[in-house]
Amino acid sequence: MADILYQELVQPGAAWSHVLKRGTTLRLTDLEGGANAGAVFYNFECPAERYNMPDTLKAQHIARLTKGYVLYSDMGRILCSIVEDTVGWHDPIGGCSNAALVRARYGESRYQDCRNDSYKNARDSFLIELSKWGLGPRDLAANVNFFSRVDVDSTGAMSFAEANSHPGAYVEIRSEMNTLVILNTCQHPLDPNPRYAPKPVQLAVLRSAPASPDDPCRLSRPENARGFTLTERYFL
Amino acid sequence: MIESKLDPQSAVYSEIVPAGEPWLGEIKQGQTFRIVDLHGNQSVDTLFYNAHDYSDRYSAQDTIRGQRNIYLTTGTRLLTGAGTVLVTIVADTCGRHDTLGGACAHESNMVRYAIEKRHMHACRGSFLKAILEWDHGMTKRDLTSNINFFMNVPVTPEGRLTFEDGISEPGKYVEMRAETDVLCVISNCPQLNNPCNAYNPTPVQVLIWDAPAA
Repeated sequence: MADILYQELVQPGAAWSHVLKRGTTLRLTDLEGGANAGAVFYNFECPAERYNMPDTLKAQHIARLTKGYVLYSDMGRILCSIVEDTVGWHDPIGGCSNAALVRARYGESRYQDCRNDSYKNARDSFLIELSKWGLGPRDLAANVNFFSRVDVDSTGAMSFAEANSHPGAYVEIRSEMNTLVILNTCQHPLDPNPRYAPKPVQLAVLRSAPASPDDPCRLSRPENARGFTLTERYFL
Repeated sequence: MIESKLDPQSAVYSEIVPAGEPWLGEIKQGQTFRIVDLHGNQSVDTLFYNAHDYSDRYSAQDTIRGQRNIYLTTGTRLLTGAGTVLVTIVADTCGRHDTLGGACAHESNMVRYAIEKRHMHACRGSFLKAILEWDHGMTKRDLTSNINFFMNVPVTPEGRLTFEDGISEPGKYVEMRAETDVLCVISNCPQLNNPCNAYNPTPVQVLIWDAPAA
């Protein structure tokens, strides 16, 4: 049984950040079903190195994330590997909501009237959390949306898949570097729900062993074997 | 497919970008900017910035979500993360341009092809050369997911990303109107390891027209 170092509940629409050390794993659990966890990733030691959506997609020829795939930085290294997943599809292309989108879709909701239930949006959440680490708008690039799915048809049209994630579904990301993880639980920007209804996400940080020579993420593609080699060289 | 009525003879700027080289230039609000795939199937890796605030820059995710389609073509508005409309595509004789494939780099080539390929000339090296020579304080932090004009990268129903043979041909072009003053940075892709340039990088042409007289 995995060694849980600590757990934390991220409230609906709230933000979280943490340096997920090499040798630890983050488990995200969708307690109620239909959650969304938007996330961006940086090499904590040199944040100019960060999660790169195109490198992640083209190295593995994917437009979805699930167990066996990894998240690449722009420097050819693996920030995190997806080592468990009961969902099957996490969205790497849909992006994040912003203040204008949330206001247009759900209306106005200010702290003065609604206190901590006032509406949040993912872009502002990312920027506020990034600024706590000395980072800013130039550092905010494409994000991942855990628990959400966006389909693309033959004409390129994008559609949000409802009921992608069920209550209790979880995904585990093993850190292969010292990875600054910035996340929030704002709704997916393509979520058709007309109501503001973000869901909570339970987090657990676990101790984990480094990727073995026969690790499924390492063996899933020859590209990933090279990605692990380059990541391991960084720590020599 | 929408053709342009603009005459190249009346362009205020015209330049050939040789295979594998960068190009950087400002396009003023109202000007029209055209990229011509002179020899066909040449990927033109392109970034756009608000010329008055480089942190306000093209966002692939916001652009494709805004139009709910991953391909760029006539009518597409290129958006920043903050919602600024940078340019609108007003003519396109290719019909489809990639938003997900990004740019090649020394490091991503090591992952994708072989660790021994680090030395091969790559787009992100060209982007860095262009912004360093521009000398306006831009760094690697300012390089974000780029457009690949003339490149064909479909997504399958199973969520696979595929690199298909190009659908562009010699003389195909894409044209856009600047909705604000923008900075454009291009890497005319030098990739030799995959079919994005038909294994033979070739020159492209960039042209700029002034806004029509009011």
